[in-house]
Amino acid sequence: MTEPTPGTAAEDGAAAGPAGTARTLREVTRGHGGRLALAALAAASAELAGLGLTATAAWLIATAAEQRLIGALGLAIVGVRAFALARGVLRYLERLTGHDVALRALADLRGRVYDALVPRGVRRWRRDDLLNRMSTDVDAVQDLLLRSWLPVAVAGAAGAAAVAVTAFLHPPAALLLAAGLLLAGAVLPPLAAARSAAAAASVARVRAELAVHTGDVLEGAAELAVYGAHDRFAARVAGAGDRLAAAQRRAAGAEALAGAGQILVQGATVLAVALAGIAAVDVIGGVAVVVLGLTALAVFEPLRPLPAALVQLRASRAALRRVVAVLGSAPGEAAAAPGDGGTADPAAVDLRLDDVTVRLDPSRPPALRGVRLDVPAGRRVAVVGPSGAGKSTLIAAVLGEVAPESGTVLLAGRPPAGRPDAELRRLVSGVTQDPHVFQVSLAENLRLARPGATAEQLREAARAAGLLADIDAMPEGFETLPGQDGAQLSGGQRQRLALARALLADPPVLVLDEPTEGLDDELADAVLGDVLAATADRTTLLVTHRLTGLEAVDEIVVLEDGRITQRGGHAELAARPGYFRERLTAEQLARAPLAAAGAD
Amino acid sequence: MTTAEGAARRTPPARGRLLGLLPGGRGHVLAFAAGSTVTAVLIVAQADLLAALLAGGFAGAAPAWPLIAALAAVVCVRAALWFGLEALARRAADAVKARLRTELLDRAQRGGPGWLAGRRRGELVTLATRGLDALDPYVTGYLPALVPAVVVPVAILIRLTAADWGSALIILLTLPLIPVFGALVGAHTRDATLRQWRSLERLGGHFADVVAGLPTLRVFGRARAQAEVVRRIADAHRGATMRTLRIAFLSALVLELVASVSVALVAVPVGLRLLDGQLTLHVALLVLILAPEAYLPLRALGTRFHASAEGLAVAERAFGVIDDETRVAAAPGAAGPPPGARAGGAPAVRLEGVTVRYPGRDRPALAEVSLEIRPGERVALVGPSGAGKSTLLALVLGFARADSGRVLLGGADAAAFTDADWARWRAGLGWIGQRPHLFAGTLAENIALAEPSAPSDAVEAAARAARVDAFAAELPEGYATRLGERGAGLSAGQRQRVALARAVLRDPPLLLLDEPTAHLDGRSEAAVLAATSALLTGRTAVLVTHRPALLAHADRVVTLRDGRIAAARATGSADD
Repeated sequence: MTEPTPGTAAEDGAAAGPAGTARTLREVTRGHGGRLALAALAAASAELAGLGLTATAAWLIATAAEQRLIGALGLAIVGVRAFALARGVLRYLERLTGHDVALRALADLRGRVYDALVPRGVRRWRRDDLLNRMSTDVDAVQDLLLRSWLPVAVAGAAGAAAVAVTAFLHPPAALLLAAGLLLAGAVLPPLAAARSAAAAASVARVRAELAVHTGDVLEGAAELAVYGAHDRFAARVAGAGDRLAAAQRRAAGAEALAGAGQILVQGATVLAVALAGIAAVDVIGGVAVVVLGLTALAVFEPLRPLPAALVQLRASRAALRRVVAVLGSAPGEAAAAPGDGGTADPAAVDLRLDDVTVRLDPSRPPALRGVRLDVPAGRRVAVVGPSGAGKSTLIAAVLGEVAPESGTVLLAGRPPAGRPDAELRRLVSGVTQDPHVFQVSLAENLRLARPGATAEQLREAARAAGLLADIDAMPEGFETLPGQDGAQLSGGQRQRLALARALLADPPVLVLDEPTEGLDDELADAVLGDVLAATADRTTLLVTHRLTGLEAVDEIVVLEDGRITQRGGHAELAARPGYFRERLTAEQLARAPLAAAGAD
Repeated sequence: MTTAEGAARRTPPARGRLLGLLPGGRGHVLAFAAGSTVTAVLIVAQADLLAALLAGGFAGAAPAWPLIAALAAVVCVRAALWFGLEALARRAADAVKARLRTELLDRAQRGGPGWLAGRRRGELVTLATRGLDALDPYVTGYLPALVPAVVVPVAILIRLTAADWGSALIILLTLPLIPVFGALVGAHTRDATLRQWRSLERLGGHFADVVAGLPTLRVFGRARAQAEVVRRIADAHRGATMRTLRIAFLSALVLELVASVSVALVAVPVGLRLLDGQLTLHVALLVLILAPEAYLPLRALGTRFHASAEGLAVAERAFGVIDDETRVAAAPGAAGPPPGARAGGAPAVRLEGVTVRYPGRDRPALAEVSLEIRPGERVALVGPSGAGKSTLLALVLGFARADSGRVLLGGADAAAFTDADWARWRAGLGWIGQRPHLFAGTLAENIALAEPSAPSDAVEAAARAARVDAFAAELPEGYATRLGERGAGLSAGQRQRVALARAVLRDPPLLLLDEPTAHLDGRSEAAVLAATSALLTGRTAVLVTHRPALLAHADRVVTLRDGRIAAARATGSADD
């Protein structure tokens, strides 16, 4: 029923030995050993109380059947009742201590993983898709402890106790019991987990296939309708669904087979132990025979969850290995300087790129080639160009996230790459690609750009970004919660919030990477207008795909295929043939179609 | 998903409908009930045989071989049944998921692209694939536990009544305590949990939120400062969850106590009556073995119910999508005259005072628009974004409905079109949108979307006409190169040319173009424009475009603004 997440099988390679698992477990629960032991103790005690209840009751009944009135009978009656109560209470404690340690380990791991993520570069996060994956991966620590580790510990403790009791009564029976327990607990479950993992690889593959076909039907719905191909593609989804079901059945089948095997082993073991006891009844006595048989029957119950626990273990382990990899590779970096995020002297910070070539991937052509750009203090430069031309790479170079292969980027006279984070952020910040809206109030979303900002400063930044009227219209104003990733905000409001945040940060050099991304034309022009109005006389590097309103900037640079192909003022570029004029004409046509079409 | 989160959800009404999706209807349920009943009988038989074996051994008798053989046989059948019931449950889950997936996609198809545009497709894809897997714990865990929860206690009570009615009475009286206490404690704790639910969700989601926003935090130099907050909130989450769990687990505590104390209640009197010689050891052992077995299925049911809460939430979401009846595109079975889609040789489109409203918008997307497109005529639609151009195309495609007014397609009223009518009408259309979708499959399959059996020379001819041949030659396997999500990536301009080739291959009388070059830059645009111009010759066409090169082909330019026709003007085609 549980199955490894996709990608698990691939990463579940040769290193997946018990030693590796133990190391992963130690690493993700570091500092919680004591509580982990306590949880295991509570869990094992609960199981032992259950076993004690069975064994004592068996002894009580068998002794009573001998119709000898002995004092120990009264003790046994007390024991039966005590074990019964203890089992219930210990179960409760087991659940509490288990969840407590799992949640503590989770909380701690979240902090540690966050610390390890911070020093990594933005590109590293994107490439590894770390940010989307890490929070689910970290959650796996709960499953590892509650659904894998504790059941294994409990089964081990119960098995050992039952073998010890049996050995005390009749050593040969203990050997039989131990053999049965090992088969049902230590052989069948790992076999099932291994078979299920093999099937999980095809589950992951077929699931990806299913997602592709489902995406085809939903995202290509219009094409399929027009070209009458829906039924054909829906059948592909159904086919992939059936293949997925078959693969999942194979994975689950291994677990079911192990479960059936456990029933057989339990039956055979109980029978063997009972027969061994009966054969020696003259030596050990009838009471012992009964206790042996019923103890053997009861001790297999805690073994039942083991196949599922080991399948779960593989899934959690793969996720936690990725977590441990992030923890282990965190580069040591000096702690943040105090005042981090504050503003520096805004005087005369300029930005200069001299013959900059940037290569993001050694196997591919450079993303920027020989780019020269000069943004003197107080001036605004706009970068335009088709998508994929290298505009975002240019921003990344200015923010110090990528170092140029050749040429120099100078921010206030020094290269940004490699400078301490805190210092760099006092010089340059702004709106980056896909700005995140946090699930805290709008005020707190803004304040992360400047922690000490007053209410008046927040209003001022919101006003400059064209967001104040919207916020004032919300019932809770600046205390409004924007929902998960800003779901309660419109696209324009999100972009304006990002802009307000950048204005509030008030860095000496402001970079704005597509502040109108994802907005439709009219709204984009309105937001860009607010951007231009709010950044007058600020040192600004603006990347945009909308050209309307760019008359206001000091220089426009056209970037195509990593090179600057045109530069100049708005009027100058509009007069020359090339990318800028083509796009401008298209934009004007969309705005006033008839007039422009007539003039053409 | 933590246990606490799973336990805290409301109970949705989706349960009954899920049962209706089980495969084979009654047959499957009957097979399951029969298997579970036999299992219950075997549990009793196994206890009986084991009690006999041990009682015999206690008395010093040598074990009888038939007894041993019977015990072994019971164990084997139980194991086999267990495996079979698991497989049956698994198949049920597969069938339920397949049914739901099909219904989701059918719903999407009936709704059409207009319906789909209103929701996040990514979420729908996730729901139809990984999301449905959350149903497994419900269908393979909870549902199969329902039957044993009834038949096992009943079988045990019947056997014990015959053997020792006193013990049976104790079990009979204590068994109902499990569901009763479960419901009482559950109802009490659920309110407490629900009150905490929102704050738990928020605290639990904080880490994901902050991690997803790391790039933003970093650009403002706040990434490190948040580390302390991450720890504080994670700790608060733990504290709040534990407070909830301490109460939630109380119900489990009560159930455990009822079950284990009942065993003690049964065992002690049995022992005392043995002492008096009122009872045989065989019966005493039978009672001792069967008593805990009676409570087991009910306790398992409770556990599995909690584990399946997430699956019910998913089912509720899926049913919500399936039931969403907003803007159903086709009216299946609606009476009306068959559309003469090709009447008069070429299709014509006529709009008579058409108004289209989208839910949740104040302003209509189209307001009282009347327009006629005669066979052979090429009409360009221009106007600012949001003026209604795409909505007008959607009417012709059948992706949108007129709220008032009439849409005549090929002379027939579109309001009366059945699914089959739409299929016939669309068979005469070629459509090129702003962002064509490439399907998983080869380049040739993508071109031959409308006619999968088209001969390869026809496909290649269409490719040449759409200027696809230029880049097809550079692909690793030419027309056999796989495209789509797992295949080679094509540039935006190349995708548009594939879309053109699809239309060329169909050779439709009516061509609909929706800004085919809107997202292209200068160079790729030129190739698309040239290919499109060639395709327009000799066809009826509706062009949404602002490109002079395409406007030149139009006989008329119609300007839309705010959903109304602002101006219409014959161009007298620039070329003549």
